[in-house]
Amino acid sequence: MTSLSSSESLSQQEATEAHEHHGDFRMFGLATFLVADGMTFAGFFAAYLTFRAVNPLPSGATYELELVLPTINTLLLLISSFTFHRAGAAMKRNQRALGQRWLLISAALGFAFLAGQMKEYFELPFGLTDNLFASTFYAITGFHGLHVTLGGLMILIVWWQCRDGGRVSQDNLFPLEAAELYWHFVDGIWVVLYGILYLL
Amino acid sequence: MTISLTPEQSTPLQPQGWLRYLSFSTDHKVIGLQYLVCGFIFYLIGGALAGAIRTELLTPISDFLPRETYNEVLTLHGTVMIFLWIVPVVNGAFGNYLIPFYVGARDMAFPRLNAVAFWLIPPAGLLLISSYFIASAPQSGWTAYPPLSITTPATGQIIWILSVLLLGGSSIFGGINFIATILKLRRPGLKLMQLPMYCWAMLGTSILVVLSTPVLAGTLVLLSFDIIAHTGFFNPSLGGNAVVYQHLFWFYSHPAVYIMVLPAFGLVSEILPIHCRKPLFGYTTMVYSIMGIVFLGLIVWAHHMFTSGTPPWMRLFFTIATSFIAVPTGIKFFNWLATMWGGRIALNSAMLFSCGFIINFVFGGITGVALAQVPFDIHVHDTYFVVAHFHYIVYGGTVFVIFASIYHWYPKVTGRLLNEDLGRLHFLLTFVGFNLCFAPQHWLGLNGMPRRVAEYDPQFELINQLSSVGALLMAISTLPFLLNVVLSAFNGAPAGDNPWDALTPEWLTSSPPPVENWKGEAPLVTEPYGYGTPAGELPLAATSGPELWKLGNSDQRS
Repeated sequence: MTSLSSSESLSQQEATEAHEHHGDFRMFGLATFLVADGMTFAGFFAAYLTFRAVNPLPSGATYELELVLPTINTLLLLISSFTFHRAGAAMKRNQRALGQRWLLISAALGFAFLAGQMKEYFELPFGLTDNLFASTFYAITGFHGLHVTLGGLMILIVWWQCRDGGRVSQDNLFPLEAAELYWHFVDGIWVVLYGILYLL
Repeated sequence: MTISLTPEQSTPLQPQGWLRYLSFSTDHKVIGLQYLVCGFIFYLIGGALAGAIRTELLTPISDFLPRETYNEVLTLHGTVMIFLWIVPVVNGAFGNYLIPFYVGARDMAFPRLNAVAFWLIPPAGLLLISSYFIASAPQSGWTAYPPLSITTPATGQIIWILSVLLLGGSSIFGGINFIATILKLRRPGLKLMQLPMYCWAMLGTSILVVLSTPVLAGTLVLLSFDIIAHTGFFNPSLGGNAVVYQHLFWFYSHPAVYIMVLPAFGLVSEILPIHCRKPLFGYTTMVYSIMGIVFLGLIVWAHHMFTSGTPPWMRLFFTIATSFIAVPTGIKFFNWLATMWGGRIALNSAMLFSCGFIINFVFGGITGVALAQVPFDIHVHDTYFVVAHFHYIVYGGTVFVIFASIYHWYPKVTGRLLNEDLGRLHFLLTFVGFNLCFAPQHWLGLNGMPRRVAEYDPQFELINQLSSVGALLMAISTLPFLLNVVLSAFNGAPAGDNPWDALTPEWLTSSPPPVENWKGEAPLVTEPYGYGTPAGELPLAATSGPELWKLGNSDQRS
């Protein structure tokens, strides 16, 4: 009987050990998911480039896009990645107020990006079903905008969790780090998207 | 001797007894069985649909079903069998049940995500079937090629897309879980090259799932825009490009073939050594073959599109790449033969189905290499030759392995053995029925009978009737199996903890296993295939393999 109970306690000890390491493979799982998510974008980009190579647009339609607003938007997202990083660094030093401020700035930049995107949508001379380029443009930027929206909401949730007594603390940075990884991913996708859709 | 769970380990919200199989359980063993039973129900539905197809094809004229209904039936048959039976069962069911054992863990890396992944499947399946009763089921085949999928009734097609998106999500969540479990949750001291082969198969499969399923999801979203919002992505009449859909679709759906068959390779690599009492031949080459298939599987998709106006350089590339896949696959085939060679083979039901798999699979593989060659493919494209080929892979290959696995692991799950006489009858009926159903279809295809058409040239009538008799035998073969599974659960001979004297970790515990998988520490099995040498001479660590099994036995006797 004694041997049994010792093995039981051993298994419990092992279970708690596994629990402590849990944070590691949650980030690993998220990274795997982002690989999958990135493949969705890769499929869209491949479709866009193929359409562009083999399907001529109707006369009058063009691939040219206004560049000023999207370039500002690109800068907004890049800065937001930087500010998010500062938020994480502050939380690691347990400076909650500072961390929360950087998070709010990041979220504001994200929503400013979305506002800019909306402005661009309203000013564009083509609609969703006008031609193949228009449809692809709206599908890809819309799918990315959905990611930014989710990311912005995520930042606000993390901001709430970073308050005094909130879930995120120096000892439990997982929600913040997960949101940060996701946000960098969304920014990275935008840079590729900007290159392919606007510059190419 | 039984010990009850310590209070910390049991969660009060989880129901006990059989009710837990209907609950949001996070136990990987419960989830595995949920996948298996749910998948089997859909197998019966898909089988009934196949029965309707074979009944229609008894006569050359369209007399049993209206033509549109025939299209609905063949679409639902393909979708149900692939997305609701084979993919969930060969990945989800056996993967969830076995992988945590094989890596020496007490559960998967993400137990709740695991339960979510399973519970996406029943609603998605019901949604798909319900389309028939809501409006009309989709009619464009499981491939949903536009412009056909855009011009056939929209409601059914949209429901189909929603259902496949849910199933794709389930599949991706499962894949993430398997990758994290195999790479991150291994018991300390257990090296990757010491894992049972099924782990490698599931790792390769999950990589394919994670890389290719999202592309299908994105493509189907675009297709739904074409149907609902009248965009023109894949609609040539609106300036779109239907071939791009085919590329994106097959970028998922060719790897999907390996998603269906790689786990079967893994399972059969577990079953053969145990029932031949020999180590698995060529472990390292098996691992490299699996990874080779994963890599090649991602770059061969356009061999499904040789008649889609594919440019010559593309035909050349995809023919060569596809032919290369025969190399790793052939290595695995010869490894299985070498494993059996000179072994002490127990020709029980699990082994019979495994041998049936090898025979059927090598036949499907040969026709696969033939189909990779452009001149031949153009001749038989979209004929019954292709239907015969892929049924030899997914039924003769994977479904045979699913049955072999059920015979092999049923004692683990229930603690009772399945009846061998009924099992052999089941094998005989399935093997004869399957080959009678599908072997003649090669001839039909070579002589020009197109697939997916309810009417055919009267000269093909006799061969089609032969094929339908085979289908009837396959339907009958399910009866002894179901009878066996149900009766043996109550009256089967007690199996003991390890009826096959196996060395893989799932057998080194009680049958059925406790919730925490092992009472006490998880065993360190560094030689999962150390058969053929006396147990004492095996170079095993002190807590591993046979000693632990002996311990388990003496524990039971006392």
